[in-house]
Amino acid sequence: MKILTMALACGMTAALTLPLAGQTVAITGGRVLTGTGTTLDNATIVVRDGRIAAVGTGVTVPAGATVFDARGKVVTPGLINSYTTIGVVEIEAVNETSDAASSNDRITAAFDVVYGLNPVSTLIPIERDGGVTSAVVAPGARASIIGGKGALIHLSGSRADSMIDRAPVAMFGVLDESAAERTGGARGTAVLRLRELLEDVRDYAANPAAYENRDRRDLSLSRLDLEAMVPVVQGKLPLVLVVERAPDILNALALAREFKLHLVIAGAAEGWMVGDALAAAKVPVIMNPLTDIPGYDNLAATLQNAARLRKAGVVIAFATFDAHNARNLRFLAGNAVANGLPYDAAIEAITAAPARIWGADANIGAVAVGREANLVIWSGDPLELMTRAERVFIHGQDMPPDNRQRQLLARYRTLSDSLPPQYRH
Amino acid sequence: MKYGSAAVLTGFLAAALACSQPPATTPAPVKAADSVAAASSPGGIYRTAEEGGRIDNSTTAFPSTYKPLPSHSVVIRGATVMTAAGPSLKGASVLLQDGKVAAVGMSITVPPGAEVVDATGKWVTPGIIDTHSHLGVYAAPGGQSLDDGNEATSPNTSDVWAEHSVWPQDPQFGLALAGGVTTIEILPGSANLFGGRGVVVRNIAATTVQAMKYPNAPYALKMACGENPKRVYGSRGRAPSTRMGNMAGYREAWIKATEYKRRWDKWREDGSDPAKMPDRDLGMETLMGVLDGQIRIQNHCYRADEMAEMIAMSKEFGYHIASFHHAVEAYKIRDLLKREGICASMWSDWWGFKLEAYDGIRQNIALVAEDGGCAILHTDDPDGIQRMNQDAAKSLEAGLEAGIQLTEDDAIKWITINPARALGLENEVGSLEPGKRADVVLWSADPFSVYAHAERVYLDGALVYDRSDPSRQPVSDFMLGQQGATR
Repeated sequence: MKILTMALACGMTAALTLPLAGQTVAITGGRVLTGTGTTLDNATIVVRDGRIAAVGTGVTVPAGATVFDARGKVVTPGLINSYTTIGVVEIEAVNETSDAASSNDRITAAFDVVYGLNPVSTLIPIERDGGVTSAVVAPGARASIIGGKGALIHLSGSRADSMIDRAPVAMFGVLDESAAERTGGARGTAVLRLRELLEDVRDYAANPAAYENRDRRDLSLSRLDLEAMVPVVQGKLPLVLVVERAPDILNALALAREFKLHLVIAGAAEGWMVGDALAAAKVPVIMNPLTDIPGYDNLAATLQNAARLRKAGVVIAFATFDAHNARNLRFLAGNAVANGLPYDAAIEAITAAPARIWGADANIGAVAVGREANLVIWSGDPLELMTRAERVFIHGQDMPPDNRQRQLLARYRTLSDSLPPQYRH
Repeated sequence: MKYGSAAVLTGFLAAALACSQPPATTPAPVKAADSVAAASSPGGIYRTAEEGGRIDNSTTAFPSTYKPLPSHSVVIRGATVMTAAGPSLKGASVLLQDGKVAAVGMSITVPPGAEVVDATGKWVTPGIIDTHSHLGVYAAPGGQSLDDGNEATSPNTSDVWAEHSVWPQDPQFGLALAGGVTTIEILPGSANLFGGRGVVVRNIAATTVQAMKYPNAPYALKMACGENPKRVYGSRGRAPSTRMGNMAGYREAWIKATEYKRRWDKWREDGSDPAKMPDRDLGMETLMGVLDGQIRIQNHCYRADEMAEMIAMSKEFGYHIASFHHAVEAYKIRDLLKREGICASMWSDWWGFKLEAYDGIRQNIALVAEDGGCAILHTDDPDGIQRMNQDAAKSLEAGLEAGIQLTEDDAIKWITINPARALGLENEVGSLEPGKRADVVLWSADPFSVYAHAERVYLDGALVYDRSDPSRQPVSDFMLGQQGATR
């Protein structure tokens, strides 16, 4: 925990885990989808010290490299799921295993998911099975419209600090129907509360000494929360707001403009109705493109949302908004293609686009020289249901396929044995 | 609506807890069509079927008024036809006539006046069937006004009927139709030990529930094991608060139902004198219908050990379980389920949202299927029901990865003929065979591809959905005038 604390103290930290020095890996002959819109057929990727050292069709395999033959297969960057609770929820309905949200109204913005991150969660290798190598772990908003600080993690690492790519990666909150419920029952109360909160943080940030001397009016946040929000009002830390309804999205955009926030919208089921405004504000959207069931917060939800937002010029990234089936991220992209999103844009929405949104594009999200060797070798089209991730690399390391579900499968693969299944492990 | 806040992240969980389930297979009781014929008997309550078995007295109440939409003869030509009754036929044709599948084969003569649909390069399957849905009882757009799925006021509400909660204007019916779903079993939720009576509907746009009701389909009784009932009632300081409390609650009810049935049997034996007719009890009527083999038990039950206990209890009282639902541990007892002729309605990959779902594996369906069991993919979910073909594909892939020898021809049965068996409707729907209802889906591509769309859906031979023709896409009254209506 000491190391973790130090890492967090440094703010935006890069992954601390390094692969074995000097280890060289080559993935040869595959069809490489770079994540940034380029396809390289029969290409070779060379990985050295956990990072991509070369990629291209004319690349020579270095002597001594461990070679993975990817002929007839597809290689992509490791996928990035942009809104999950991986690592902070083991069994959702078992409170003892859930560390995803604070119900303490004095610890909201200050709440940080990293202290609950469980590197040995059984979910991690299971979600990796779907080619997901990175995930944003987002806190739920329970006690307030602000939930707290999220982290961008790699799905690998023996300790929490070694999983972290960026922490905090963003501040998370809500400005949807649930925000209205939480603040007085109307959308107007939610917007006012968010404004009050931002004004108080600005006041605190401008007058920290006066605050300590009790020379300020009462502020509506605890000291911890005020402090945590300072980078948000300084525009240094993105604020992710879950918003669904079109007019609510416009409210969020107006607040972001006024307070100079670095805003990211999550949800945006009605985003397509205000695509131009989102694009003009350069505000990206984290979404589940399968959201199409009308609710009072999103009566205009449609499977066309992703394609329409993209067409309007909005940067989109996909997320499962869950933990246990975060592995199904790629099928969201496949369905988006089936509903009009260009194929390359769908790949981008689970690789390069989220890397950019989360400020991690020096590190992950593309098959490009210098990036982390987070790579997946697929048996075919990664967006297809009948395709599987054959190998998953994180930091250049070939991840073992073993996981709890595979062990259950092995245990019950046959039912007839002289000993009970409990002896098979 | 599904994200962000704590509520967001627990949305999935809430949905899962909302439900229960049902399919059943087997002892093919009275054919559905037969079970409802017959005239009324003394007191208008009990009737005797020609087979001699007693009919659920309630089958005369709230009868189906479903009428197929007008149709004409259609030949779908040149498709890969997945019949769910044998190997796929490539470049084959299907003839829909008079609301029935009239022929399936390589060379079909086009009857005069028949419409010919060129399906070269496309796929044809039977209409998809979901054994476990809450469409209409947890209708969109949601909220308390439409929260009609769980009568969570008593652990035994076998007296309630899901059909009395169904809102025909639920826009989710149309979304499911766009996914090729033609028959749906709608169940009460799983808060209670006995949640109430479930109903099978045709997925047809209608203004009344009775106009959706599948004619003469057997009713279901929804039962629920495990965490949900004990949590719901335990948290109120009343029974059941434990799994043993659950079992005691079921058995107490079956003991009473046995006695209730004895009184009615005796009355019938004594000549059914209307003056001496025993008092009716709505809940007991449903339980008695189960003991009489007329109402099918659809049993929400996750864990292997609990399923085994439910089977033992069914033997104690002499009824058959049609299907376990949400059977995430079916793979652990697939031999037992097969031996007992009980279907397992399963998800492709849901797991971990509660402890009793922690051992879910992606190969569950494939393992049950491999051993010849009645494997069903169900959804319990208004999102999942829109893409049951995709979930079947995921389960097939998981099985193949584990070396289980299965094909798409096996997997199509998980969403067609096997659910039909669980509902007792396998003689009418679930496969493309002459004489069956012409519930047919024309797919733009292999339905096991993520890129496939249901292009056309036929219900009893009538075109009820056409992806390229908005005039053949139902829009519920609620959505009319909303921005989303045009989607």
